[in-house]
Amino acid sequence: MAVIVSIPTILRTHTGGQKSVEAAGATLAEVIDDLETNHGGLKQRLVKEGALHRFVNVYVNDEDVRFAGGLGAAVKDGDTVTILPAVAGG
Amino acid sequence: MLVIRRDLVDAMVEHARRDHPDEACGVIAGPEGSDRPERFIAMDNAERSPTFYRFDSMEQLRVHREMTANDEETIVVYHSHTATEAYPSRTDVSYASEPQAHYVLISTRDPEQHELRSYRIVDGVVTEEPVEVVESYMFAHTGADDTPDCP
Repeated sequence: MAVIVSIPTILRTHTGGQKSVEAAGATLAEVIDDLETNHGGLKQRLVKEGALHRFVNVYVNDEDVRFAGGLGAAVKDGDTVTILPAVAGG
Repeated sequence: MLVIRRDLVDAMVEHARRDHPDEACGVIAGPEGSDRPERFIAMDNAERSPTFYRFDSMEQLRVHREMTANDEETIVVYHSHTATEAYPSRTDVSYASEPQAHYVLISTRDPEQHELRSYRIVDGVVTEEPVEVVESYMFAHTGADDTPDCP
């Protein structure tokens, strides 16, 4: 199962500068584990203590996964996963 | 240095005044690699708070796709402080993740006189930079002038 993962500028040091990469998995957690095997260091930028890091937004197609199952969100062949840095502050 | 058109500065200040006492936020997009702010995009503050801001995640995705389709990138990320000076807070620094962007802070704590300042925030280090307000980019000294327009 292949999905396309869109990588934000700040994380492209982990993908050799590539804007998007392929990964496999049936859930977002599996996709992230698969990303980690090919692009070491990505996982710790995305996941903290078993949940998505508050500094990133992750979308499966048009859904923000925070409102759609988090790391357990279902992913299927042909889906697009988009990672964006959360823009926030005080 | 941030070189920015006056109408874009006015738009940021107007947005900050309009949302006061809540924080206002948004971006100014420009051609990828140009360092030239051109397209003003006011964003919703999903927190609607006087002390915190966060881009609405769905609006952010939509804007991200528009910018990608237009070969644009984020040149300016702006937000307001409504009771404190225009200097990045610790939270601002912890979230800053666009090393190519100018982080603009607008303070609206004084009802008459706003304060607008610009910063680079890279790897947690804040560096203030001068702001040059211009009427047009045509005669301004911008980074893009270093590259001839015609091949």
